[in-house]
Parts: sequence; C-alpha cells; structure tokens
Amino acid sequence: MSVVTSVFTLAEPDREAALVPRLAELTERHRRACEPYRRILDAIGAAPAYERVADFPWLPVRMFKTHELRSVPADQVFRVLVSSGTTGAPSRVHLDREAAAAQPRMLAATLRAVLGGRRLPMLIADTRSVVRDPTLSARGAGVLGMMNLGRDHTFVLDEQGRVDTEAVGGFLRRHGGEPFLIFGFTFMVWLHLRGLGADLSQGTLIHSGGWKRLAEQAVGNAEFRRTLAEECGLTRIHNFYGMVEQIGTIFLEGPDGDGLYCPDFATVVVRDPETWEEAPPGTPGLVEVVSTLPTSYPGHVLLTEDLGVVHGVDDGVWPGKRFSVLGRLPRAEARGCSDVYAQAEPGAVVPGGARAAEPGEAVVGGRGGGRV
Amino acid sequence: MSHLDRLRAVFRSALNLPPGADVDGLEYRAIPQWDSLAHMSLVAAMEDEFSIMIDTDEMIDMSSFAKATELLEKHGIDAAV
Repeated sequence: MSVVTSVFTLAEPDREAALVPRLAELTERHRRACEPYRRILDAIGAAPAYERVADFPWLPVRMFKTHELRSVPADQVFRVLVSSGTTGAPSRVHLDREAAAAQPRMLAATLRAVLGGRRLPMLIADTRSVVRDPTLSARGAGVLGMMNLGRDHTFVLDEQGRVDTEAVGGFLRRHGGEPFLIFGFTFMVWLHLRGLGADLSQGTLIHSGGWKRLAEQAVGNAEFRRTLAEECGLTRIHNFYGMVEQIGTIFLEGPDGDGLYCPDFATVVVRDPETWEEAPPGTPGLVEVVSTLPTSYPGHVLLTEDLGVVHGVDDGVWPGKRFSVLGRLPRAEARGCSDVYAQAEPGAVVPGGARAAEPGEAVVGGRGGGRV
Repeated sequence: MSHLDRLRAVFRSALNLPPGADVDGLEYRAIPQWDSLAHMSLVAAMEDEFSIMIDTDEMIDMSSFAKATELLEKHGIDAAV
C-alpha cells in the first residue's frame, strides 16, 4: 500500500522556504528549454535572485492560447491537453511522460485529505455520455479525471439528461450507508442534486467549475452549502479551484467552507492589478497560481484572470493561505494586464482582448480542460 | 487457468481486444483501446475477477500489464500460479 501522507502540512514560512528554491530551478529550466518563455523573461528583465514566491515572474494564463509553450522536445511530448473554449483559441498544455504521470497522483494526494486513499463508491452529477464523447469536452475531461478516485461510478442523469431516479436509488441502496463520493460541476450539482429528495448524509461532495451561473441566480457558496445540508443532509462539501494550465494542482475548500487551501507544492499570490504588488489579506486582486508540478511547460507561476482575496494565512484548519475566488476580472481591466505582456514581448498577439474562459470550461484541474 | 491467464483474459475483455491478443507487453495509452475510461473498467474487472480492492494510487500507478501483475502479487495473488 502506498504511504498516506498529507499534502496540507506546510505553514507559510516553511512553504516559502520549500517553494522558492524549487521555483527558481523551474524558472531556469524553462528559461533554458522554452524559447518563447526565455524571450518573455528577457523582455521583462526577470532575473534571479528571487527571495520570495511573489518575486518570481508570472505568465498570463492566456499565453497558453497564443504560444506553444513547452520545455521538452516535441518527441518527448506524451500528451497535449487542449482546452475547449467556446470561442477563441484553445489553451494547449504539453506534458511529457513524467508530468503526465505526476498530475493524477498529486490530484489524488490532495483529495486524500478529505476522501482517504480508498476509491469510494461514486455518484456523478452528470450524464455518462459526457465521458464517452470522442471529442471530450472540458466537462467530460473533468469527470474522467475524478473517476480515478471512485468505484461503481453511477451517473445521476440518464443519456437524455434527465434524473435517473432508478440508478440513484440503486446506488444509495448499495452504498448509502457507507462513505461515498459525489462529484459534479457546481451548477450541475445545484440543478440536479437538490431535487433528488435523497439522503446523501454519508456522502462527501467535491465540486468545481465556478460560480458564475449560480451567481446569476444570486446563489453563493454559503447558500449552496446551507441548502444542500438542509435538503440532502450533505455536510461534507468541498469546492475546488484549478485550471488545465496547472493540471494536477487544485486548491481545495476546507471542511468548514472558510476558503480554499493550497497543497504543500502550491500557493497563490493575490496581486493588486494597478501596482502588481502582492495585496494584503482582505484586499481583492488578481489571483496568481503557483505550483511546482509544471515541469514540462512553463506553467509554474501563472497570472489568472480571476479576482480573489486571501482571507488569512496560517489561521485555518490547514496551514498556508486561505483564499476565495470572487469571479472574473471585468474585461476592460484585464486588457490592461495583457497589454503589459503585449508590450513586453512584441511578438505576443493577444487575440480577443481579455476574454475569459466560459464558466463551463472550468473543469477539474481545469479551467479550459483537457483529457485527464 | 493460471492467475496470469486470468489476468490476460481480463485485459482482453476490458480493453475489447480479440481473444488471442498478446497483452503481456501492453502499456497504458500505448494503444487506443487502453484509454482512461477503459482503465477504470479494467481495474473494476480485476477487482471482480480476483476479489481484491485496488486503491486510488494503485490504480493510477498501474500503467502496464507488467505493473498489473505486480499489483496482483502485492495483493497476495501470485500471477505465475
């Protein structure tokens, strides 16, 4: 059996101390091996020494839509994850064999904190056809990536998208009295789980994909959690945040719903979009995601187009930063941020201005998605 | 039938390969039939065939037929017998 170790152990000072040398190594590796990345670093004048995580140069996440960013020779590319944006160019993320093998392991290691190491019976708030489609959608890729963590996979919706009460009833008769896993995209969970009228009290819900569609109905995280507890008995609920450009890294909501936490190999830096300085806790800004997993492409420090806020540091159930994602940066503001890079790198064309990914693109380990 | 032959049969059936197909050298994703969805069917079929429980990390690490035989041995099933 594998050794069960938590990836939620490092307090912020220890995390900084562990991450900085590793990130410096990755920055230099990618600088040497990835020509477009080197040009960007040269243009912005990024050079060692980096003393803090916040000192590292970041790439806007959209660069994966416009540039082929890989740090391994073409013949060592094992998988290319392609986002399925509804408009604009998709992101392309190049994984060699090592990076491809690491990402499901680290995803599993992160979720082990709330699921344990056993594959639990799994209820999926989606339809089976979402994983069968040969041109796998981001949603399908997300579901497929999570299915590694489950067994006796049972889909809540039939092929026509209607609630399959028979399948759900059968699942709960088999497994309803023991720990089980429920996974779905946030809006799918909201749409389809509430009406089941089922006792899901032994379940642990993992959900992701963003709040935009629910925000339109004025449903936030607190109401989401309260309603599912009241109507289904669901008290173990964990949202997560992640993106295909940093596949395998997810930021996982703590048991009390008090924010997203960073696994030991990752962190976030929230930046003031005017000054680019790190914003103090309580002050919203742009979310930069940092992870040591991207070894085959320069995705270790990425500036997203999401607004977020750090609530606290080393003050929650798990150590490190505790934060929330507040939504997309409005288009006009984000354009300013891509301009920084358009200027820094003359060849960088940033089509579509600051168009953000559609909410449906946000998947497990993936805003944008890609077969996992 | 030896455990090894039973494992071969499970592979052929779960991956939709013809009856006589040589599976001993197979690696995950090296053939189109062994994709991530088939991987889950394969693991479930191995669990049923050998009455074992395969955990998440073991499933992720089972990247070849050879690894699958090692996994069986770890669960006390000697593939050669």
